[in-house]
Amino acid sequence: MNSLLRIYAIFSKELMQLKRDKMTFGMIVMIPLIQLLLFGFAINTNIRHIPVGVVDYSETGLSRILQETVSATQVVTFIHKYNNERQAEAAIARAEVRAVLVIPKDVSQRLVRHPSVGLGLPAASDEETSRPIGQWLVDGSDTVIAGAIKSLRNMPLAELLDKPANRSVPTFEVALFYNPEQRTAVNIVPGLVAIILTMTMIMFTSAAIVRERERGNLEMIITTPVRSIELMIGKIIPYMFIGALQVIIILGLGNLVFNVPINGGLWQLAAATLLFIVASLALGLVISTIAKNQLQSMQMTVFILLPSILLSGFMFPYEGMPLAAQYIAEAFPATHFMRLIRGVVLRDVAIIDMRFDVYWLIIFSIAGLLIASMRFKKNLD
Amino acid sequence: MNELVIKAKNLGRNFGDLKAVQGLDLEVEKGSIYGFLGPNGCGKTTAIRLLMGLLKPTTGEIEVLGFKLPKDAEKLRRHIGYMTQKFSLYDDLTVKENLQFMAKIYGLSGKVQKKRISELLSIYGLDQKQNQLAGSMSGGQRQRLALSAATLHKPELLFLDEPTSAVDPENRREFWEQLFDLSDQGTSILVSTHYMDEAERCHKLAILEAGVKRADGSPDDLMQQMGAHVVEIAATDLRQLKQSLMQLPEVIAAAQLGARLRVLVNDSVADPLNFLAFRGDIAVDDLSQVRPSLEDVFVTCTGDGRQ
Repeated sequence: MNSLLRIYAIFSKELMQLKRDKMTFGMIVMIPLIQLLLFGFAINTNIRHIPVGVVDYSETGLSRILQETVSATQVVTFIHKYNNERQAEAAIARAEVRAVLVIPKDVSQRLVRHPSVGLGLPAASDEETSRPIGQWLVDGSDTVIAGAIKSLRNMPLAELLDKPANRSVPTFEVALFYNPEQRTAVNIVPGLVAIILTMTMIMFTSAAIVRERERGNLEMIITTPVRSIELMIGKIIPYMFIGALQVIIILGLGNLVFNVPINGGLWQLAAATLLFIVASLALGLVISTIAKNQLQSMQMTVFILLPSILLSGFMFPYEGMPLAAQYIAEAFPATHFMRLIRGVVLRDVAIIDMRFDVYWLIIFSIAGLLIASMRFKKNLD
Repeated sequence: MNELVIKAKNLGRNFGDLKAVQGLDLEVEKGSIYGFLGPNGCGKTTAIRLLMGLLKPTTGEIEVLGFKLPKDAEKLRRHIGYMTQKFSLYDDLTVKENLQFMAKIYGLSGKVQKKRISELLSIYGLDQKQNQLAGSMSGGQRQRLALSAATLHKPELLFLDEPTSAVDPENRREFWEQLFDLSDQGTSILVSTHYMDEAERCHKLAILEAGVKRADGSPDDLMQQMGAHVVEIAATDLRQLKQSLMQLPEVIAAAQLGARLRVLVNDSVADPLNFLAFRGDIAVDDLSQVRPSLEDVFVTCTGDGRQ
């Protein structure tokens, strides 16, 4: 009974302090709001309008129509003309353009024999009779940009000749589930929930205890009958509500502004989120028992935050990472929550069907809370 | 002999090579105000923390209110109150909120809590200030708030670590009145200070220097047993006189007080007046033996370890 009263004492004190700290209170709302808008609009893996140049040796009407046709795909925008390949390569080196299309002198002869035109009977692989009609020189260092240009390799040239092209039958038909329009925001917005919660939850709790130590409050607290675990629980409950508020902001706004559907059940969503919030808070508490001051706690938060962003699958698919990196990624709660929230929000999966991630978050939370209360000593040694 | 609330034997604590406290024997009687007097860095705070179980002793045994420390530190916590050197309640909570927080921590709720808080607010004159943020109050007000928070659960033993260091003289006098009230109600108090006038108010005190207890007892006993005569000299050119007297091995200390020089002479000298008149080449009429003060005691028994 007294134990509950003490937890309530810490909890209500924490809420009152939060209420008075206008800056922190503002951050709680502004961080998810601004980051959602920023990342939602900014992060886009469907590349459009890459600045490119052209070296046109043919200088014919046909070569100009060819450029128009390529422009019409919207993948690239021609912004420069160069006289030869040497100039073009220099332009790529100084990043004036990301790629250059070289159109050879005999582009019209090549075109008539091109298989997509449908006149040339010889096999398309026969270099003698059928050759590519141009060449792309590409700055291949960025794989996403290189990939976008590579997608132009087999672009249809129907408009060019004003006659239907030889339509080839694809080897496979692809059915895209969950995000048929291939909008990046659909994948990014649920992921942002994990990233923003990682950031704010760990930061707030790790600073919460360190701040009391810095201000000298802790010296008094530890002379009272408060137990470590009561202090820890009392400290994290207010932040659980804050975390929930942030999730509502991100997913609500994501739904309104970016039209990201919430396909899963709200209870499933609440359960997954709560698990992750508690795991993050426990991690923050562990940091707070290690850090000597607020600067150190901030540094440790960043130390956790960076791999959470880069390894959790938020930006790059987990499956693409080498095995060692996958093992490291498994250690971070963000990785497991990333799977859960995308599963619930996008694929309407029940979290019990992803129980490995659920168990892992539960174990992480309990271990974190225990470690933090054991490390938090009620003396000054 | 009265019941003892604090018993410590050969108490010592090292921080690395630094011996913060060593060989401290201590007995504090129930209901008394016991003082730790000493300069900054002499181990007062460390000693208090050891006695509260906040630090583990390197050597020695401690028994506080019958609890063996550091083993039973957690059980002791309900029975003691602590006022830290630096204000350690929450600056961003109001007076009332701070007290409500502490009350809940000590298990007071509902009507009991309300009654106790309004009682404390009136005892310590904080009624008018109850909705003010603690961080915006004066040193004296904050100190009264800290004392009311420390006494909220009616502890049997209070530890006060330099409670008046940020307080003006008038508030200090008032503060000590409140301490005597608490003492009359049976609360034992251990207080550390570096003010002589405060130390003089204690029932008993220990003079600490460089982690070692140099003397202890009631202020009167200490003054009587200090082992030195106090002589005041009225003369001109006191600076030079001080210089020459300090050369004498029998002279422990000399300090100028306005137009007089206050000299401490070892009590191995039977007739200090004539001794000083002869050595200092001054007329005996200009010399007078005076009652020792606590400062004299302090000066006599410290100084060995001072750099």
